[in-house]
Amino acid sequence: MPTLRLRVDGLPIDVPAGSMVSAAVAIAGASKFRTSVTGQPRAPLCGMGICFECRVTIDGRAHCKSCQIPCEAGMEVETDA
Amino acid sequence: MPDTVSNVVSNATFDVAVIGAGPAGLAAAARAAESGARVAMVDDNPRPGGQIWRASRTPEPWLRSQVEVFSGARVFAAPEPGVLALERSHSNLELRYRSLILATGARERFLPFPGWTLPNVMGAGGLQALAKSGLPINGKRIVVAGSGPLLLAVAKYLRGHGADVRLIAEQADSSAIFRFGLGLIAKPGKLIQAAQFRAGLLGIRYLTACWPIAARGVERLESVTLQRNGKTWTEPCDYLACGFGLIPNVELPALFGCRMSETGVAVDDYQQTSVAAIYCAGEVTGIGGLDLALVEGEIAGYAAAGKPRDAGKLFAARKSNRQFAGALERAFAPRAELRNLPQDDTFVCRCEDVTYARVRQCSNWREAKLHTRCGMGPCQGRVCGGALEFLLGWKPDSVRPPVLPARVGSLARPG
Repeated sequence: MPTLRLRVDGLPIDVPAGSMVSAAVAIAGASKFRTSVTGQPRAPLCGMGICFECRVTIDGRAHCKSCQIPCEAGMEVETDA
Repeated sequence: MPDTVSNVVSNATFDVAVIGAGPAGLAAAARAAESGARVAMVDDNPRPGGQIWRASRTPEPWLRSQVEVFSGARVFAAPEPGVLALERSHSNLELRYRSLILATGARERFLPFPGWTLPNVMGAGGLQALAKSGLPINGKRIVVAGSGPLLLAVAKYLRGHGADVRLIAEQADSSAIFRFGLGLIAKPGKLIQAAQFRAGLLGIRYLTACWPIAARGVERLESVTLQRNGKTWTEPCDYLACGFGLIPNVELPALFGCRMSETGVAVDDYQQTSVAAIYCAGEVTGIGGLDLALVEGEIAGYAAAGKPRDAGKLFAARKSNRQFAGALERAFAPRAELRNLPQDDTFVCRCEDVTYARVRQCSNWREAKLHTRCGMGPCQGRVCGGALEFLLGWKPDSVRPPVLPARVGSLARPG
């Protein structure tokens, strides 16, 4: 299966083509996608764009819903922004 | 880096615009296009198929080349009758239509319990969606919990992809499910599906009258505590996949002023809502499963394209599928004890971290929003709304645009 490489918090990650950014973040080993308003670690709940818990920064763009965005080669993903 | 967002006004007017590219939306678009209508289909996911057909080739029989598909696009407002405002990642679009079919589907009902905000506690459909999106689950220990037939489908999928499904905890009583099972005898197709499911689930513990009362872990989930027959025990696991049935996504129909029924959006025989030229099909009219969604979509598609006679030929098929939906709802209704799940310090609103103690001091949604910010975060009450409807009997407040967070630039219309 063809793979592509992107970076999650600076770490190079290879994912199968067609993977969502949420999967890449999980593969990178990050359990925390974002920090809640009281400082709790949070990660995806609904997997379908409803809950907004999967928000990360992609190529400098904040609040991207990682469950709904396909990975692209060379993407720079930052968690916990 | 600031984004360059272009505002585009589409010159074309579509005969039929379909919102949602799940089974109901695909069936509606296909039938409308076959009837000669110019059809646009809008969906916020990268590909058509909805949740049930995510990352699969199954939608293909329903995909019609004549349908113009706008993927990765969210409807955030309806600035004037016959116009939809869409936001895409780098551009906005105004789309004009004569008839509108809303097939916005359903989401899982989440109920708050201690620890439910920990990473790796997810919806049942949520974990399945993530696995389909590339999350590796091979060898992961997973507890599947909550309610409804979705739990079985999810457990089967997860196991089929190498996960160690420790058990399925179904909150409904076995007697209710048994009665539901008897009802299936009238539907041979459903019975065959049930038998196929059993084969894929062989050896997985299926515990009825069982539900999670707490998830534990430090940085992420480490174990879940379950309750059954007054006994509690703890299961170590990597993921908890937990959803208490489905609830319809009625926000967009509500924005258009469509009247609601007991189960979702109210529709007539032709799937038309209380608003002229606006139709609803699929789970948004009431949870009924794939077969009902398809036939409702077909009816709406024919009707919106001006073919009421073709629509009428499908009324009988819809009726039998609706009976199945009713039986399903009765069998898996959430039990009253689940109202005791959240503790005082359990967050009900995950966007604004509002505890159950604070929300419970309020007497209605409006007061809770004003005093606690519950439901005021990015999800706009889509997660806590379903919970509070069950926990406190609160009906959702009115919907105002933007129906989802939108870029500031999207709110300023050109010209």
